[in-house]
Amino acid sequence: MKSDAFLDITDVVCPITFVKTKVALEDLDDGQILELRLNDGEPVQNVPRSLKDEGHKVLTLEDNGDGTFTLWIEKAGLS
Amino acid sequence: MSTNYKELKKGGFMRQRQPNYFSMRLKSVGGHFTAEQLDTIQNVAKKFGKGYIHLTSRQGIEIPFIHLNDVDAVKKFLSEGGVQVGVCGARVRTITACQGNAICPSGLIDTVHLAKEFDKRYGGRELPHKFKFGFTGCRNNCLKAEENDMGVKGGVKPAWKSETCTFCGLCQAVCPQKTITVDKISRSVTFDENNCLYCGKCIKSCPSDAWQGESGFIISFGGLYGNRIAVGENFLPIVFDEEKLYSIVDATLKFFADNAKSGERFRNMLDRVGWEKFSDVITEVAK
Repeated sequence: MKSDAFLDITDVVCPITFVKTKVALEDLDDGQILELRLNDGEPVQNVPRSLKDEGHKVLTLEDNGDGTFTLWIEKAGLS
Repeated sequence: MSTNYKELKKGGFMRQRQPNYFSMRLKSVGGHFTAEQLDTIQNVAKKFGKGYIHLTSRQGIEIPFIHLNDVDAVKKFLSEGGVQVGVCGARVRTITACQGNAICPSGLIDTVHLAKEFDKRYGGRELPHKFKFGFTGCRNNCLKAEENDMGVKGGVKPAWKSETCTFCGLCQAVCPQKTITVDKISRSVTFDENNCLYCGKCIKSCPSDAWQGESGFIISFGGLYGNRIAVGENFLPIVFDEEKLYSIVDATLKFFADNAKSGERFRNMLDRVGWEKFSDVITEVAK
């Protein structure tokens, strides 16, 4: 899947994970896609849920097999 | 004139080490106090106490250093300011709750509404020993349901609809029990309902609302966190109907009143008379 921006949040913890994700999304236009690398556990449990609450749509999730996931998010895809 | 300490304790006045002084327990339901009530409490602490309050372990407020001679005046002052005194002794105690789904994004049930309704129905009821209820909105268990004689935890039973699913794979990643498998190639989802915790993470994270579900109550019995420590046990399936929940509570309190010796905690009574006897009664009511 083609993305318009990439962000790695595997080096930060909650709540910075979501703060950095929000900042990255602000730089995009509605409908553009952010590719996000995040850790298993708390980040993958919480970041997608918060994205949903703010109207962004998760398109797909890939398990990288190294304790991280890559998430493709369409900005404002739910609104 | 002799002082009836037992009667005072029943009415929320806890005897202090200092002669003739009491730490006054206030009524709390679901951990909510209004600004007006806090104003009244502040004034009582300043006027009759020593200018401070104590927050108890179960969401209560106590005002220490109330003198025996001021008991009636303090009661009147509080009642005029919308504050009631609490209870102690062998009865239904303060009913505790997290903020639940009215406030918290993780909440699955309206804990504060339930705490208020329970207080109306059961608050202060006399029993063989103290009895504590606690409500927690979800599996995160911030309010620690299993510490209570009877704890109620919010849960949700998920169901999957194929029509809206995009097979993104998120539910598989967020499920703490690994009960969900998403096959992106064949576009299929399997769900092992028997191992589901009813946490609702699949529903809350699903971007296409393919996961939906009905919220309900996960009930635990027999928690103790004092001299003896025991975790409340859950043997019932999740209960969806609020009226059914009240029937279960009615039956539980009746079983406690009918079977416990005076001064025997609910858990200790269950261990003595047998859990099976209790679970047979409750399982029948919960049907």
